[in-house]
Amino acid sequence: MDVFQVFIELAQSTVRLSTPLILAALAGLFTERAGIFDIGLEGKMLGAAFAAGCVAYISQSVYMGLLAAVLVSVLLSLVHGYASITQRGSQIVSGVAINFVVAGSTVILGEAWFRQGGRTPALSADGRFGTVTLPFADAVRDVPILGPLYSGLLSGHSPLTYLAFLMVPASWWILYRTRFGLRLRAVGENPGAVDTAGISVIWLRYRAVICCGILCGVAGAYLSLAAGAGFTKGMTAGKGYIALAALIFAKWRPKNILFACLLFGFLDAFAIRYQGYAFPLIGKVPVQLMQALPYILTVILLAGFIGKAIPPKAGGVPYVKER
Amino acid sequence: MSVPYAKLPGWAEYGLIPLVNLAVAFLISGLVVLIVGESPLEAAYHMVNGAFGRGEYIGFTLYYTTTFIFTGLAVAVAFHCGLFNIGGEGQAYIGGIGVVLACLAFDRTLPWYLVFPIAIVGAAFFGALWAMIPGWLQAKRGSHIVITTIMFNFIAASLMNYLLNRVFKPMGSMSLETRTFDAGGQLPKLDWLMSIFGLSVGSAPFNISFLLALLAAFGVWVLIWRTRLGYEMRTMGHSPAAARYAGIKEAKIIVIAMMISGGLAGMMALNPIMGEQFRMQLDFVQGAGFVGIAVALMGRSHPAGIIPAALLFGMLYQGGAEISFEMPSISRDMIVIIQGLVILFAGALEHMFRPAITRVILGLSPKTRDAAVTKGA
Repeated sequence: MDVFQVFIELAQSTVRLSTPLILAALAGLFTERAGIFDIGLEGKMLGAAFAAGCVAYISQSVYMGLLAAVLVSVLLSLVHGYASITQRGSQIVSGVAINFVVAGSTVILGEAWFRQGGRTPALSADGRFGTVTLPFADAVRDVPILGPLYSGLLSGHSPLTYLAFLMVPASWWILYRTRFGLRLRAVGENPGAVDTAGISVIWLRYRAVICCGILCGVAGAYLSLAAGAGFTKGMTAGKGYIALAALIFAKWRPKNILFACLLFGFLDAFAIRYQGYAFPLIGKVPVQLMQALPYILTVILLAGFIGKAIPPKAGGVPYVKER
Repeated sequence: MSVPYAKLPGWAEYGLIPLVNLAVAFLISGLVVLIVGESPLEAAYHMVNGAFGRGEYIGFTLYYTTTFIFTGLAVAVAFHCGLFNIGGEGQAYIGGIGVVLACLAFDRTLPWYLVFPIAIVGAAFFGALWAMIPGWLQAKRGSHIVITTIMFNFIAASLMNYLLNRVFKPMGSMSLETRTFDAGGQLPKLDWLMSIFGLSVGSAPFNISFLLALLAAFGVWVLIWRTRLGYEMRTMGHSPAAARYAGIKEAKIIVIAMMISGGLAGMMALNPIMGEQFRMQLDFVQGAGFVGIAVALMGRSHPAGIIPAALLFGMLYQGGAEISFEMPSISRDMIVIIQGLVILFAGALEHMFRPAITRVILGLSPKTRDAAVTKGA
């Protein structure tokens, strides 16, 4: 097949597969930069995907579905916030707990409400996000090189995909160019200093957690309303953890998150496309190796063999106002 | 870490507070049952009956208990050293390699009582190896153990998928599992133990690795509270700075603690592989490594707490299976919810009810209140 055509197709599925990763990794960026570790990204996404699937089916409205996804995800975030900010419990334990509660309850509730083995009923076109066709996409399709790039790669994604890519500069702007962002980052490095300046550490961290909930909600809604047509049992399939890996791989920076997520999305797209394909020189690459590659790369990075990932200084430590 | 709470008497600290946390977790689970449209009381009845109603049921309950004692101890040992080992799942999975190698090599030539020790060593070795890498990375390269162990769970899943596909699967077979072991790879059931109590084990796979689990629990108690290594681990867990000042070799202790933890997790593989299936199947761990987190949190990382906590989860697993027969709308995923809630309330929110309980108890007895005033502050 034409090499260029293959490239376009691979790039397009990379974009599709990276979208939920970008949203979830940005979600993690907000909490972790505020000093709260969040391994509950997976659970929040799953809960949001479920809520989106249910509500979009019942209301036949994709926006109600999105809203429900965001609400559920923010609620779960607040539970995480209550445990780790107010109660000063272990953030990791709380994240693990949320993942389990959601994994179990989505199946139980889905089965009780819809009786389709833990999935929500398939959504019609009204309940799903369609694809956006950028202006002139059809007209320029036949222009060599640029035509397929524009109409095949840039055009024809769901609105949430464009939102995800826009959220990267937006998050950068919020974190690095607003007062809120400066304080949020400060609270993750040195909460004592923020407190001394008369700013509430608790309230700041809660706001960070809510930001995380909103983005995770969109990520979950993307899975069940745009990538799929309804919720299926365990549909996040470890994407929350991949996003976490991408966040670390990106050294907690928005721009790097984009590239890390695209890389991991590409690995996924590549593994799907070239399953069982014999490459020249190396021969068949086991598909399992491709699947494990994001995790292996993250471990190598964390170990400091490719640069050094330095987490926010106060990450994981609950803030105690007075000792 | 500072403890901004007054000291409570032992029975409240180790009995009442965990019980209250557990009760809340179960209450919320009951709410979920209500939402689904079933009666929580009936569900509770089916659960207890399904877990203890017959000799065979008890056998199944204790079979699951065995698994959870291993994984619970694994998490607890790491906790004592201040490490959170989420990788029990992967370590148990990789531990399966050791069991399978021992069984495939010797099951036709040696009796089980000779294969068993080899399999124990193999399981512990591979589990420890899989935990050693994150331990070493934490100790020497400063990478966060929680993240690395999560990543290693996924890497283990891919690796085992590959091995079962390419190495362990017999020629011509379609399903992802090893061949079934001969007599040498099959552990005897503990029917004699059950018959002492006049119970019949039936088809339940309650096997000798239960005794190994109890032995391991005792071993962990000795290690943590009666040896120098255990003391050093606890010191590290309480205050890394103090440990460093005392000349304890930080890196060495972290790696050793993780290896012991991984070894215990790996030994979990003996129970399903040699005790139940007599072969290794894809994904045989089935989340037991994560249950270990809940068990360790509930058991407060003490073997005397871990064994009853493991029994509780054994009951949930076996009883939960029975509930899903009786009440089809409550599938086994209910256990995952309960597990999550236990982790939430016994772990992350463990101090939520403490102020109220402290007030009640210390309000009741003036003597302890005086003591608290002088000690607390």
